Parts: sequence; structure tokens; C-alpha cells
Amino acid sequence: MQLFTHNTMWRRYPLKDRYDVVIIGAGVHGLSTAYYLAKQGVTNVAVIDKGYVGGGASGRNTAIIRANYLTREGVPFFRESLKLYEDLSKELDFNLLFDQSGRLDLGHTDSAVFGLRMRTGVNRLLGVDSQMIGPTEIKKLVPAIDLRRGKNLPVMAALYQSSAGVVRHDAVVWGYGRGADRLGVEIHPFTEVTGIVREGGRVTGVDIGDQRIRADTVMSATAGWSSNIARMVNLTLPLVTHPLQAFVTEPLKPFINRSVSSANLHVYVYQTDRGEVVVGGGVDPYSSYSQRSTLHTLEELAANTLELFPFLRGVNVLRQWAGLCDMSPDYAPIMGEVDGQPGFLLSCGWGTWGFKAGPIGGYTMAELIATGKTPDLIKPFNLRRFAEGKLVNERAAAPAAAVH
Amino acid sequence: MAFLLNCPNCGQRNVYDFRFGGEVLTRPAPDASNEDLTAYLYGRENADGPQREWWNHNLGCRKWFVAVRDTHTNEVIETSWAPDISVPNAEESDGQ
Ligand SMILES: Cc1cc2nc3c(=O)[nH]c(=O)nc-3n(C[C@H](O)[C@H](O)[C@H](O)COP(=O)(O)OP(=O)(O)OC[C@H]3O[C@@H](n4cnc5c(N)ncnc54)[C@H](O)[C@@H]3O)c2cc1C
Ligand SMILES: [Zn+2]
Repeated sequence: MQLFTHNTMWRRYPLKDRYDVVIIGAGVHGLSTAYYLAKQGVTNVAVIDKGYVGGGASGRNTAIIRANYLTREGVPFFRESLKLYEDLSKELDFNLLFDQSGRLDLGHTDSAVFGLRMRTGVNRLLGVDSQMIGPTEIKKLVPAIDLRRGKNLPVMAALYQSSAGVVRHDAVVWGYGRGADRLGVEIHPFTEVTGIVREGGRVTGVDIGDQRIRADTVMSATAGWSSNIARMVNLTLPLVTHPLQAFVTEPLKPFINRSVSSANLHVYVYQTDRGEVVVGGGVDPYSSYSQRSTLHTLEELAANTLELFPFLRGVNVLRQWAGLCDMSPDYAPIMGEVDGQPGFLLSCGWGTWGFKAGPIGGYTMAELIATGKTPDLIKPFNLRRFAEGKLVNERAAAPAAAVH
Repeated sequence: MAFLLNCPNCGQRNVYDFRFGGEVLTRPAPDASNEDLTAYLYGRENADGPQREWWNHNLGCRKWFVAVRDTHTNEVIETSWAPDISVPNAEESDGQ
């Protein structure tokens, strides 16, 4: 075993002036697309990022992996991603610490419980292991939870998905990066795309400052920055960029081994293997490209966490951070070809929920690039759904904003 | 990052006193094409830099106003009362 070596996860290359495929954005979506492309034999691929690998939302998220969505388009898509996650450590030969310890979505009001029941029904029809449980079972799964009655928002019931879990987000990004590199893909961090080349009615490459790079296919996987990339081809997207914040506490003895989420309280909580309590919530209430966190949100998240786990009072916060989320109007992704822009592909609209979709997002986009055919699983997510009035109303999956 | 907003009526207040109303859009005529209506309903500039946007002072005077804010830094460049908003071709389509 070599603990300290000069081996790196991916090699450095000078930029060539031509690739078959250029992917903008080295987050989970860009890298998984590159990995699955290379597995299909398309290896003349460059993944280009203006910052460090995984420096976008992929390195800042809270890594909750679940499939209990609401729509018949969304549930199968996230279900297939969860399946890929189950074998991903083996696939990438990299321990991703994927822990399928389950997740509870709490309902505190009649209408919230109604919504959860509806989701349970849809999930079961579409092959996701959801069940409704009451306070007794909730207490068994999460003994530390405060179930006292007479509170503003008492815990009435929960939707429980036992196969949901948490993964080590950095490892997923690095694993895909290393896997893609080993198959011949080039990864270029600290390389900013400043323009997109269009010739003869199609996209034919990207500009990195003065350097022009040609490609048959250019894919944008830039999440919170997608509107900036779209502007380079005169395209306006139905996306608004909002920061999303989270924090972790100092490590505590294990007291909870499942993730617990409350849409009414705008908060979700779990404990990492190191004992830190991770807390996240809804997006900041205004659009912004600033990745700085706020005291207001820290206080709000902490207060709402105490509603569920009062004994956490007095526990110190270790760090707080923010990442950018590309929020789509129907809370569903935007994937695939863009009408009128041959050669250009989008994978965005990942909002606050896109990390769990990394594997299937990359798998399906790679299939599209390699075969030229859009896989059925992602057909409903094409950008043209907005002009056609065929939105995917995934928003209803979380009546409040906690849709991670 | 949090910031202060200058309500034209009340003065400087914490951003959390306000409700964000999104970027200022121009409403197309009622008989606009599907393309223009789609662009209005869903298309967003989502500027990474100065953006003209709606704010409502909902924990104060409850008035709507317009701000220009650099979304990259959250620096508020100016705030003002909203200009008159007229719908293009409003007379033609107003049949009453
Ligand atoms: C605090 C937080 C918690 C979250 N929690 C969860 C969760 O629990 N579960 C879940 O499923 N999802 C969660 N998400 C959402 C998830 O993180 C994102 O949807 C997902 O990581 C998006 O991945 P991506 O690869 O598309 O984009 P990103 O990881 O954001 O990568 C985009 C990349 O594009 C690069 N880029 C931008 N512009 C350019 C340019 N001009 N040239 C070159 N490169 C460029 C950026 O540098 C960036 O690295 C959370 C997000 C945040 C912020
Ligand atoms: Zn006011």
C-alpha cells in the first residue's frame, strides 16, 4: 500500500485544439457523463472547469440520495440513479461510503401527511420502497426525536424510504474523475470557457480566452452558472440561480443513523460517520451568484433543528457554507438537445436535488452523445417542454422548499 | 451573503424584511406568439452581475419597488419606485 505517492487522481495535459466532445463543468454531472462516454468507447473527451474539480455544488452538497419523488417522470429517473449508486463503489473501485440507512420525510400537518401519502402511493407503483409510518415506528427508527404533542408542528407521520442514504460526495466526484481519466478522458481544471463557437448553424467548439477548441459536441454541465453558458449561444433558460446553505456541528456520539427531513420546518438533519450533525434547508429567498453564507439562515436552521432534536442545544457549529443551485420552474432537470442549436447539449436544472442524479444523468447523457438518440428516461426533461406546456411538476414533491 | 436594501419609503432595512419578486420582465401583448409568451413565463436572464429586480417590503410598508443589485456581490446599486408598467397594445385588446 502506498500512502504517500506522487500519483494523482487524474493526469495533466496541454489543451488540444480538437476533441470529439467537450464537457463544460467538472462536477458530478460533467464527470459522470465523461466516464460513461469513455466506457462506450468515446474517449477523445475533455472536461473543462473554471475552478477546481468538484468546486461547484458537487463539492458543497449534503449528499442525500433518495428516490421518493412524486411524478411518473421523476420517480423512475431517480430510482435508476439510486440503483447505479448501489454498485458504484465497485464500478469505480473507490470507496464512496454509500450508507443506505434510510430517510424519513416528516409530516406535521394534515395537508403535509396527505402529500406524503400520495407520494408513497406513486413510489410503490413505480418500484420505490416507500411506506407511511406513525409516531411509534418513527420513535423506533429515530429514538432521539422529540414527539411531544401540543407543539406548533407536532410529528404526525412520516414517509420512510429504507433504501435512501448518504454518500461521500467528494469521493463520487473524484471516483468518476479518476475513472474517466483512466479510460483516456482529459480533465482540465482552472480553465474557463469564455465563449462558444458557432459556425454553419451549429455549435463547433469553445473558446478558452484566445484559444479555440473545436468539438463535434459541446455539453454544458454548469448547474448554477448554466445561464452564463447559455448566453454564449444567445439562449435564455428557465433557470434562476439561488444559493443553498448548510452547516455541520462538532462531532457527537452517534444518536441518529438515518436522515430526517421536514418540509414544514424547512430543515433536514443527519449525522455523519465522524459524528458531525449535518443540517440543511431551503434555498436563500433571493437569487444570487454569491457563495457566502448568512447568520440569518444559520439561526433559522438551528432553531428548526431544535424543534426536532432539542438536546442539540448548546452544541457548537463547526462550519457553514453555501453553493449555487440552478432552480427550474417545475423542480425538474433540463436535459438533452436544444432545438435550433445542433452540437450543443444541456444538463442542468439540478437545483437543490441534482447530486443524487449524478450517475443516471451522466449515463443517459453519454448514451445520447454516443448514439444520437435520447433515452426514454430523459425525454420528458427536454427544454422544449416549457414551450409545449408539458411541465413535470416535481415541485409538489415538497410543499415547502426543502427539496434536496 | 446578506445585505441591506434601501426601501424608497422606509430607508435601509435588512434584506430579510423584504420579499424578492424576481427580475423585472416586460409583459408581452395578450396576442403575442407562443414563443414570446414562453419566453416571458419561463425565460430568465438570471444575470450574473447587475440585475433589475422587484422587491416587496413585506415586513414594513408593504410597497413594491425596483432595485438594481449586482447578483455576484449582492451590492445594491440603487432602489427606486417602480416605473409605470403599461402593457403593449393594451388599448387594442381592452374590449370593454
Ligand atoms: C448546500 C447544498 C446541499 C445540497 N444537497 C443535496 C442533496 O442532499 N442531495 C442532492 O441530490 N443534491 C443536493 N444539492 C444539489 C447538488 O449539489 C447539485 O444539483 C449538483 O451537485 C449539481 O452538479 P453539477 O455537476 O451539475 O454542477 P456543479 O457541481 O455545480 O458543477 C458545475 C461546474 O461548472 C463550472 N463552470 C461554471 N462556469 C464555467 C465556465 N464558464 N467554464 C468552465 N467551467 C465552468 C463550475 O466551476 C463548477 O465546477 C445540494 C446543493 C447545495 C449547494
Ligand atoms: Zn418600506
